[in-house]
Amino acid sequence: MNMLKMLKSTFSLLVIMLLSCNQTVFATDTHEGEAKEEDPIEAMMHHLGDANEFHIAGDWSIPLPCIAWSDDGFMMTMSSSFEHGHKAVNGYVLHHGILMRVVGDDFPRDKTVDVSFGHGHSNDEAHGHNTHDHDHGGHQTVDETGITGSSNENDHEAEETVHVETVKYGSATYNLEPCMSLQNTASSWQDFSITKNVFGMLLAMVLLLFIFSKISKAYTTREKQAPKGVQSFFEPLILFMRDEVVKPAIGEKDWKRFFPFVMCVFFFILFCNMLGLIPIFPGSANITGNIGVTMMLALVVFVVVNLNGTKDYWMHILWMPGVPTFVKPLLTIIEVLGLFIKPATLFIRLFANITAGHVIILSLVSLIFFFKTAMGTSGAVAGVGLAVPFVFALNLLELFVAFLQAFVFSLLTALYIGSAVETHDDHHGHEHATM
Amino acid sequence: MGFGLAAIGAGLAVIGAGMGIGQIGGKAMEGISRQPSAAGDIRTNMIVAAALVEGAALFAIVVALLVVLLK
Repeated sequence: MNMLKMLKSTFSLLVIMLLSCNQTVFATDTHEGEAKEEDPIEAMMHHLGDANEFHIAGDWSIPLPCIAWSDDGFMMTMSSSFEHGHKAVNGYVLHHGILMRVVGDDFPRDKTVDVSFGHGHSNDEAHGHNTHDHDHGGHQTVDETGITGSSNENDHEAEETVHVETVKYGSATYNLEPCMSLQNTASSWQDFSITKNVFGMLLAMVLLLFIFSKISKAYTTREKQAPKGVQSFFEPLILFMRDEVVKPAIGEKDWKRFFPFVMCVFFFILFCNMLGLIPIFPGSANITGNIGVTMMLALVVFVVVNLNGTKDYWMHILWMPGVPTFVKPLLTIIEVLGLFIKPATLFIRLFANITAGHVIILSLVSLIFFFKTAMGTSGAVAGVGLAVPFVFALNLLELFVAFLQAFVFSLLTALYIGSAVETHDDHHGHEHATM
Repeated sequence: MGFGLAAIGAGLAVIGAGMGIGQIGGKAMEGISRQPSAAGDIRTNMIVAAALVEGAALFAIVVALLVVLLK
């Protein structure tokens, strides 16, 4: 009961920290005030992607901090103060759920102002700017979404200019600039917001710290006794990984050096996968289904494997012994490509498996909505009766896939590390890995 | 047209995955029938090999998704 209390108090502390800034759970206007048609693809992408808030149901969301850094310094605010795109805070707006910076020297960067975006075809002029912050009487005007270079803002034609998102403030239209990323390396600001995925990863980290400190303490306090509780749940997993995966793959000499790393990778991916399966607040973040997260995991594995490569490892890649010389350059090229492709397969496999699972479950759930639009409420009920058993079965399969993908990632990590640290004297009378 | 081809490509990839995993399962069954005491080891390795083959099929799914989403 002590550990349960500790977990509960820490979790509530985390939740309170996050919710205590502005308003907590509150009802907002729907996006841009129009009737939001239920586009199932868009709903699915909304569930699969990252966001600056935890959207629970309808208008309820739990806001998350938005943090940005640019030449003007740090900006930190809760995502609720953007009011779904009606306000610009310190020169930033939340445009379609993405944090963007307003470009323009004359845009006020030290207060919260009302802005408007365009969708729809009404030709109302924007009302005068409202400089009072947090005023809920935000004027809702709809204009054409601006297109760069077109001075005529009521122009319905899409010209061949580059399409850049814009925002209207007062009588002027300003361009918006997304954050620095692989697609915009020339951006002026960087986004450090705590999004759903970041929050999920932090939560996984906290859970890992708690659970494993509890387990390791149990080995000293209950030394001669049978394992109990959390320790007895995780001990078979840990021993299995040690005896069937890490020790055979890396070898007797160095496995202890890399065992913590492989365990870290395994349990982190496992916890992130399982958090993604929970449909409600602490867990609705699709963490390992985000290719950036998995790419960084594979990057870490790449760095660890190659930093620990022995001379034999590099010889085998660059100038392998035992092969005729005229074929060696070709094999070198292939091996160097393989050096990058092997971690790439790691992260693509994990990303694709988890995302595919989520897509299937979301498609089956949106089947219920298809039935509703086709046949009304009775159709929706029939859809529920059809979809719920499938979704249940698929969630069980996804749980299995969560374990399996974490296991395969860490198995391959251990194998790559093993191939990097093995030296040739290990080959005499040494049992190779099972794969 | 790109969407249709992407769908066909994804379907072809699944054919490959199905054949591969079917073979893995079949050989695993044979192995278990030859030596029932090794059933646990064989089952573990079968699942690992199936995950790797499925990874290859999922690369094709990722390419199809790229075609559809980055249109």
